[in-house]
Amino acid sequence: MDAPTSQDTAPRTKQQGDRPYTRSMMMLGRLGEARHVGLVLALVILAVIGVVTQPDNFATSSNVVSILALASTIGVITVGATFVIIGGGIDLSVGAVMALASVWATTLATQSYGPYVMALCAILVGTGAGLVNGILIAYGRLVPFIATLAMLVAARGLAQRMSDRRTQLLQPENNAIESLSTTRVLGLPLVVFIFAAVALIGWLVLNRTTFGRRTFAVGGNPEAARLAGINVRRHTLLLYALSGLCCGIAAIIIMARTTTGSSTHGDLYELDAIAAVIIGGTLLTGGRGTLVGSILGLLVFTMITNLFILNGLDTSDQLIAKGVIIVIAVLLQRRGLRSPT
Amino acid sequence: MSNPAAPLLEMRGIVKEFPGVRALDGVDLEVRAGEVHCLLGQNGAGKSTLIKVLSGAHQPDSGQVLWLGEEVRLANPTAAMRLGIATIYQELDLVDGLTVAENIFLGHENARLGFSRRAEMNRAARELLGRLGHGEIPPTREVGRLPAAGKQVVSMARALSHDTRLIIMDEPSAALAHDEVDNLFRIIRELAAAGVAVIYISHRLAEIREIGDRVTVLKDGRAVAVGLPAKHTQTAEIVALMTGRTVEYSFPPRRGGAAGAGAGGPAAEVLRVAGLTLAGTFYDVSFAVHAGEILGLAGLVGSGRSEILETIYGARRASAGRVLLDGRPLRPGDTSVAVRRGMGLAPEERKSQALLLDESVASNISVASMRRYASFGWLDRRRELADVAAQVRALDIRPADPRRPVKTLSGGNQQKTVLARWLVSGRRQGDGETGPAAPLLPPRGALKVLLLDEPTRGVDVGARAELYALIRALADQGIAVLLVSSEVPEVLGLADRVLVIREGHVIHEADAAELAERDVLNMIMEGSAL
Repeated sequence: MDAPTSQDTAPRTKQQGDRPYTRSMMMLGRLGEARHVGLVLALVILAVIGVVTQPDNFATSSNVVSILALASTIGVITVGATFVIIGGGIDLSVGAVMALASVWATTLATQSYGPYVMALCAILVGTGAGLVNGILIAYGRLVPFIATLAMLVAARGLAQRMSDRRTQLLQPENNAIESLSTTRVLGLPLVVFIFAAVALIGWLVLNRTTFGRRTFAVGGNPEAARLAGINVRRHTLLLYALSGLCCGIAAIIIMARTTTGSSTHGDLYELDAIAAVIIGGTLLTGGRGTLVGSILGLLVFTMITNLFILNGLDTSDQLIAKGVIIVIAVLLQRRGLRSPT
Repeated sequence: MSNPAAPLLEMRGIVKEFPGVRALDGVDLEVRAGEVHCLLGQNGAGKSTLIKVLSGAHQPDSGQVLWLGEEVRLANPTAAMRLGIATIYQELDLVDGLTVAENIFLGHENARLGFSRRAEMNRAARELLGRLGHGEIPPTREVGRLPAAGKQVVSMARALSHDTRLIIMDEPSAALAHDEVDNLFRIIRELAAAGVAVIYISHRLAEIREIGDRVTVLKDGRAVAVGLPAKHTQTAEIVALMTGRTVEYSFPPRRGGAAGAGAGGPAAEVLRVAGLTLAGTFYDVSFAVHAGEILGLAGLVGSGRSEILETIYGARRASAGRVLLDGRPLRPGDTSVAVRRGMGLAPEERKSQALLLDESVASNISVASMRRYASFGWLDRRRELADVAAQVRALDIRPADPRRPVKTLSGGNQQKTVLARWLVSGRRQGDGETGPAAPLLPPRGALKVLLLDEPTRGVDVGARAELYALIRALADQGIAVLLVSSEVPEVLGLADRVLVIREGHVIHEADAAELAERDVLNMIMEGSAL
């Protein structure tokens, strides 16, 4: 592999100093893509199956839009989950926190302040729950699994209490929220753009900022990170707050798509988000992973759901298929990890 | 040729090579039934390897092992156990969540159809513990709730639960309080009286005098003395046997001659440690380090030397005392402040404490100085890469490719990577045409104090010399260096001034040039007296 790369850089001998490293980034990028080839291939295969089994329904613009809209809610959550998992943690509370944010934002009291305050409310509730998770984990030394499991249960309960277990409808004057899913730009609803923006910003933060680097360091070897002068606790806190923020944004999307706030929203989203991250090649032990992989993993999942619905198949079979895919993906990655070294 | 007069165990010409190191270079050892045989040697002399060969964990490359006069092959730990050889390692290998009895019989449970016979096991355990004089330890207690001494007794009971003829104890007293050591010795004497042989490893000469019958001294993978009488051999003789190296390291010259380097110039005091105490680990440690000076801390593993470094750095929080950097106190217990104020630490355990093993050399080098390459969190990767590449060249890290995963590098190059972490600068340096030595210097005022904990552990001889030269060069550029090492010659050869540490106390301070290796060894090993 040395020969082609040295040819690549031959014309730029002046800057030899930083060439090797830039090359290394390209290498890593390529490696990343190589790792993602499997996922892209899976997407293509699924698309082919879709076209073959449902020639009239699958490749329609309305179906593509519905796949993307479906993906955008969990997609935003997946971005946050990727950060947490690369940072060596886990956040089980995402679905429940999103539900709580949707309920809090759609109470009559909040709704009376208009759509902007509702959106802000959802974001604050999500971030606040994330901060509580982070404080418990980083400073209270709770195991992430336990702290976020407790948050899952408690946030769901609080959402039920606030809503009296009723589905809260968007008031007509707050149509602006709903318009996020009904207004289309370039044929796509705005929520898809929200997802795209969150994913893009997430990618930049993860790959181009000190915050992203520290996330890898903290997840890969917390002791080494601490001894290198990184404030590991504060960083851990921020990671969970970030995950909560993503849940808040996801709550806005789910309100837009369903025109409701409900304590039942986002049931088992945590499993879908974690599964997407893992399929995407992120190590559950932390320190390694990519956001692109997570999003591809999520699209694979969403497309499977879509295919099963279009073909009128049982949702139970869909769950079985997802389980099988998780196992296969992880087995393939393990082989991939071994071979380079 | 089974011979009734043959010793219990005889090892002849044991050789064990690891890549780049000959850990055992023809070791002989002879242990008789019912004796306490002490094994002495400096770090790296080959004690651990020898134990591992004896317990079946390592296979020797050549040499013979004779058991009761007959040649045997210790192919694996089970084979050794079957002969009656039991090993109690430093880190006791007990399962905290199981009971005392379950631990004792782990792996050979008294069971019927897979159901363990608890009552039976508990009874047998109680009997064993009673034999060890510890009938008070309840067999049903969870091991995790026992104190260190209790765990040791359980380990011993486990060793005795087989039909054991030889017990190997690797620094058993290191984790014990004084009265617990007495009890340990009582047990050892009883075992010896019952005909069990004990191989006892310790750095504390006083203990060896008290409990040992004979002593074998290892140095550089050879037995330099076999079967000396433990009670009557002079300390000076033992120390002389342990010191002096067949492999001489080359140390760089000190600035302004060997003598009085610290007092030579008006160098500013950079770091002052006053009355630093970490309860239970070290007490009232005070010293100062000047710019350009290398201060060595000599002491045994467990003497508190690493903890002193980590506490200064803020990785542990002192229970008393202060650390002043440039005359201003350092906030305790916060490594990020220490780093920002110009401290760097190369910790003892390179892999678990220093390196991000999954990441590239480049990421490992820049991890501590990212904020210098960032504006509002946004990394200027071009600048980062330029600096990293310059350091890789300056320190001659090989292969000279910052994209390599750091785990593929040799120990010496990994250590250089850790050092480079503290040397990368925020300033743009030479655009690629710099000579090899030019960018070694961090920008003035960036790195002030470098704390090095065992910087040459696991590093081969050639790379050692390079590291020594590098450390001296850094000091010559005005950095104050604090050096911890278990290898006395290394401390004496590299440092300007030396603090000798024993059991958490600074017991001596002197210029390195005025100290002899044997004196230092004598000080750090003699007596557990306190």
